Amino acid sequence: MKKLLMATAATALMTGSAIAGGHGKEVKIGVILGFTGPLESITPAMGAGAEMAMAEVTASGMLLDAAKVISVRADSTCIDAGAATSAAERLVTADKVDAIMGADCSGVTGAILANVARANGVVMISPSATSPGLSTAEDDGLFFRTAPSDARQGVIITNILQDRGVESVALTYTNNDYGKGLADAFQASFEAAGGTVTISAAHEDGKADYSAEVGALASAGGEVLVVAGYVDQGGSGVIRAAIDTGAFETFYVPDGMVGSKLNENFGAELNGSYGAYPGTDSIGSAKFVELAEAAGFDGTGAFSPESYDAAALIMLAMQAADSKDSADFKDHVMDVANAPGVEIFPGELAKGLELLKAGTAIDYVGASAVELIGAGESAGNYQEIEFKDGVYSTIGYR
Amino acid sequence: MIDFLNAFVALSNFVLIPAISYGAQLALGALGVTLIYGILRFSNFAHGDTMAFGAMCTILVTWLFQSWGISFGPLPTALLAMPFGILATMGLVLFTDRYVYKFYREQKAKPVILVIVSLGVMFILNGLVRFIIGPNDQRFSDGERFIISVREFKALTGLKEGLAFKTTQGITIVTAVIVVIALFWFLNRTRTGKSMRAYSDNEDLALLSGINPERVVMVTWLIVAALATIAGTLYGLDKSFKPFIFLQLLLPVFAAAIVGGLGSPLGAIAGGFTIAFSEVMITYAWKKVATYVVPESWAPDTLVQLLSTDYKFAVSFVILIIVLLFRPTGLFAGKSV
Repeated sequence: MKKLLMATAATALMTGSAIAGGHGKEVKIGVILGFTGPLESITPAMGAGAEMAMAEVTASGMLLDAAKVISVRADSTCIDAGAATSAAERLVTADKVDAIMGADCSGVTGAILANVARANGVVMISPSATSPGLSTAEDDGLFFRTAPSDARQGVIITNILQDRGVESVALTYTNNDYGKGLADAFQASFEAAGGTVTISAAHEDGKADYSAEVGALASAGGEVLVVAGYVDQGGSGVIRAAIDTGAFETFYVPDGMVGSKLNENFGAELNGSYGAYPGTDSIGSAKFVELAEAAGFDGTGAFSPESYDAAALIMLAMQAADSKDSADFKDHVMDVANAPGVEIFPGELAKGLELLKAGTAIDYVGASAVELIGAGESAGNYQEIEFKDGVYSTIGYR
Repeated sequence: MIDFLNAFVALSNFVLIPAISYGAQLALGALGVTLIYGILRFSNFAHGDTMAFGAMCTILVTWLFQSWGISFGPLPTALLAMPFGILATMGLVLFTDRYVYKFYREQKAKPVILVIVSLGVMFILNGLVRFIIGPNDQRFSDGERFIISVREFKALTGLKEGLAFKTTQGITIVTAVIVVIALFWFLNRTRTGKSMRAYSDNEDLALLSGINPERVVMVTWLIVAALATIAGTLYGLDKSFKPFIFLQLLLPVFAAAIVGGLGSPLGAIAGGFTIAFSEVMITYAWKKVATYVVPESWAPDTLVQLLSTDYKFAVSFVILIIVLLFRPTGLFAGKSV
């Protein structure tokens, strides 16, 4: 019995050292996204985007002496902070990942950052967490995101409204973190710019009737109604009731409201309304869609380009620091993402790695025109839309 | 004078018309609840989902008609499909009565047991509806959307405020009036209706005078199925159809029935309008109306809103509690709960 135990222990030790020996040739990146839960329909394309970048780098053989990049997936669930934290804990302590690509939803991202990333000193780059709260979260310089904060969208909305000479608006938002965050960010920015928000009222999703909410909004008045909701949910209900009662004629629709459903639901009734949602005219996005098609997934999926960029930034920063240790490469993430330097587009990661090895600066543009500002979050690119003849079309980029 | 007209139009547009049509929908729902309570002597929690089931059947038939190209001119096709929805719902409630409620009735089960049984039926019906039609919003209205739209009204009157009167609101009100008249005629003038009232007033005496209880129960269920389908379809037409909505609707419907006095059909109607008007008026922001009516220097800066619209359902709760505390039998002296 004693012998058996000894043998087992010895084998375990040997396996352990064998893995440790090969470790130098490997870079492990944890991909933690809500593969189950409310975002389960878009996370597969996000994970595939990140893994496509990893495969590209592995195939190039340029990263840190031809290291092999391995993806380790974990489930953030999007809503359960406890489950997400323990999944991330597993990634860091059991799988020993060198960096984390994720998480997706703002709530779980904050939890993982506070409990796992900071505690273990691991860099994490989220492709899709947009809560303004994360801009000011304690992160020891470890946290970045390739998605813009909703605070940024508040500024964009203010700019668009002011360019059209709108001075007073009524505001309604869906009663959750997204809606409240966006509404507060917009109200702060709009009032700072001299505009008036006559009322900021929440609406619950999933109701049949929004006439009471619209009654209050109409009573407060305003030139435009800003609807920070969801197109499949209460947002459309509010617009319906507002049009029917003649409370408002012009609407501003933020990112959660822009969708082909709007054309179907309202058509010509929305003529003259406008809005904006994330999007870029950069050639990077078109390239990414091509690459994704070749790899067999949908590159137009929400946050799939941002996921590719998040993974790419991790690996480029590692190359710039010549180390896969988070403490070393965390300071290089901003450098590789921003100008000055040679612009790098999707599919050109090998070129980027080579330039970095030679000591040349690069400016990673990527699939979503990455430009990191502030505490390390994407400046965000928005396309402005306007309704005309019953359909919306892009009229410009901001 | 113009200011008063504007104030009245704004009030009608945002308070009176929505509250009247909502009240009519609640009243139809509450009539069903109150009839079950009067005859079968329990609170039927499955009523909301019976409404959902009836509306769902109507929607399915409406879609069938629409695919055949049958329409009802300016009126919604759903009105043509409603009789089929009613028949299907009648089948459903007779089925549940025969295989669920009858068992407990023969055992002379206590009302509270029947309430729990109806809760079980509610969950099954809810699942069934979501299984068949899915949990999402369904659009099935067609025909003219407005009797008078805001733009037409403004052009017609030259007032600053607009008034919208939707076709569905008009249909709701007209249908509710017709249904209520027919129901009261049935209860007061026909032999079966009279036997139902007799059974409701005193069960033993009714049995002694030769009234067949099973027949009374069956007729009650048939009427309730028709009321539920009409209420559900009108609500779905006017607002939108989503299976979960009807679960939420259960609270104001019960509040209406209890406020009016359980077991009293007249009370159910009064209760429906009481609840609807309280909900709408208490959560309405009166700033606009007040600005027209009071002198300019008194014009309010705030919204003059008693409760935020988030608390709409709380209003039904509060009214319910007040009525139960001070007048447990309801406004029209129904049975004490």
